[in-house]
Amino acid sequence: MKSNLRKIFASRVFIGGAAAIAIWGVLALLIAAGIFSRSMQSLLIQICYYVTLALSLDLVVGYLGDLSLGHAAFYAVGAYSGCAFAVYTNLPLALKFIGGLLVGGICAAIVGFLISCAILKLRGDYLAIVTLAFGEFVRSIVKIIPGLGGTKGLLGIPSFDSRVVGFTASYIVLVLVIVAIYNFTHSRHGRTVTAIRDNAIAAESVGINIKRTKVLVFTISAFIAGLAGVVSGFYKTSITPGDFDYNVSIEALVMVVLGGMGSIRGTVIASAIIVLLPELLRGMDEYRMLIYAIVLIAMMMIKASPKCRALKEKLDGKINGFRSRFTRKRAK
Amino acid sequence: MSMLKVENLGITFGGLHAVENLNLEIEKNELYGLIGPNGAGKTTVFNMLTGVYKPTTGKFWLDGEELTGRSSIEINRKGIARTFQNIRLFGNMTVAENVLVGLNNQMRYGLASSFLRLPGFFKEERDYSKRADELLAVFDLYDERDTLASNLPYGKQRKLEIARALATSPRLLLLDEPAAGMNPNETAELMNTIRFVREKFDMTILLIEHDMRLVMGICERVTVLNFGTELASGETSKALNDPAVVKAYLGD
Repeated sequence: MKSNLRKIFASRVFIGGAAAIAIWGVLALLIAAGIFSRSMQSLLIQICYYVTLALSLDLVVGYLGDLSLGHAAFYAVGAYSGCAFAVYTNLPLALKFIGGLLVGGICAAIVGFLISCAILKLRGDYLAIVTLAFGEFVRSIVKIIPGLGGTKGLLGIPSFDSRVVGFTASYIVLVLVIVAIYNFTHSRHGRTVTAIRDNAIAAESVGINIKRTKVLVFTISAFIAGLAGVVSGFYKTSITPGDFDYNVSIEALVMVVLGGMGSIRGTVIASAIIVLLPELLRGMDEYRMLIYAIVLIAMMMIKASPKCRALKEKLDGKINGFRSRFTRKRAK
Repeated sequence: MSMLKVENLGITFGGLHAVENLNLEIEKNELYGLIGPNGAGKTTVFNMLTGVYKPTTGKFWLDGEELTGRSSIEINRKGIARTFQNIRLFGNMTVAENVLVGLNNQMRYGLASSFLRLPGFFKEERDYSKRADELLAVFDLYDERDTLASNLPYGKQRKLEIARALATSPRLLLLDEPAAGMNPNETAELMNTIRFVREKFDMTILLIEHDMRLVMGICERVTVLNFGTELASGETSKALNDPAVVKAYLGD
């Protein structure tokens, strides 16, 4: 009985779940108590959808090893289709949100599927350029589709009245995405993805279908980027094509690279820092973007330094040690 | 009927005849050598047999089934697995994961099980990591199962590549210069491993090799290639003493 309890306490599911709830509890409390300023509250929601977007890109760049510069396109397709669903249907808010997520995710996934079929033979720089062009293409198409508001944007997207609820909804989406990506990357399907990244020729020699795997990863990644788009729309209440230019793709790429490609934890931390950074530097006025750039460069350099790596390994060891303490006791 | 039958196999790149009119018949459980000087076209033969290149002429059969021109994936599923001259492991994955990738096509659980961790996921992952561990134990790699493949010493990387190829449960194993870069001790150990693999898994093996001691030690029959054409073939000692072969290796 007792050993069973220990096992449960040491399991990833328990530790992860407890951490997720604890973080939510603290942040929601701080929002509800009014300790966080309004701008800080909105930043928290922004972090949620930016992390979701960065994680979706991490699947393609970090795990599959293909450079995509067009993730803003999937983000846009998700945002527009999901938010249009919310604007043009007559449902309770919660259903609008959930339905919007489904519609946005699925539409983005379909676009992701189609585009990945088209770019299967491209690699490296060529893939990057084509995805970049594709991103701009989607943005232009959105402008001419009737009902989406043209260049003025889609207005009147419903939003959550209370910031606590808004944050909670965005946070739940993020946590579900993290769980899904973790599960996927730690399954046989995820293994084939990293195998292709590490050595495509060897992967094919053991019978892995590279084309099918790539299409699958792009589709899943587009779905998740679509979810991020819907969450962003519900936060902003209006979206314009300008919100989805290539800067968004680049920013997501910075988050992924800074987080150490192919690492969920790293991407989450890096994305949060990058969203917060301009805000923390607000007091510096016109030097803000300059310092932002310098901090980015410094972070990359520090991250690559041997000292920092040693520290990370030590931390990893501590975490694992903490986990195995429970299991070891059980064995005795 | 022979296990692998190759008839008039040939390929040209532009105007260059990389391999011409190759004929091979390999019996079940045989250890067959494919040798020849650098640039003779040995690896090209492997690439044709594994679907990396499409042969321009000729055909080949595995157990009577024609596989000419099929894709790498299909050929692997039909039972031909290979290793590479320049080791190609999944460097950022652990040793156990490398073998699990090899086992992937035998695993059945679907995407939903992956995302939602349905019971099928746990059961298969448990069963197959046990199988991977067994395979690793055969190659004396069990203790390194959680090390990154790129951190393994050279000799063990070679072994891991063979283990990964065997994980796809092939009928025919193609080894591309397994002893390349090994010292005499490692080569001797490798010879034992290859013999062991053949007995334990009842495997048919075709190998490319430069190390003549290894070839003489374990291959029953060989085919000697030079400039893409067959110089001699037959029992190892006879073929190697063929005047044309001696000339190709040592000059006039």
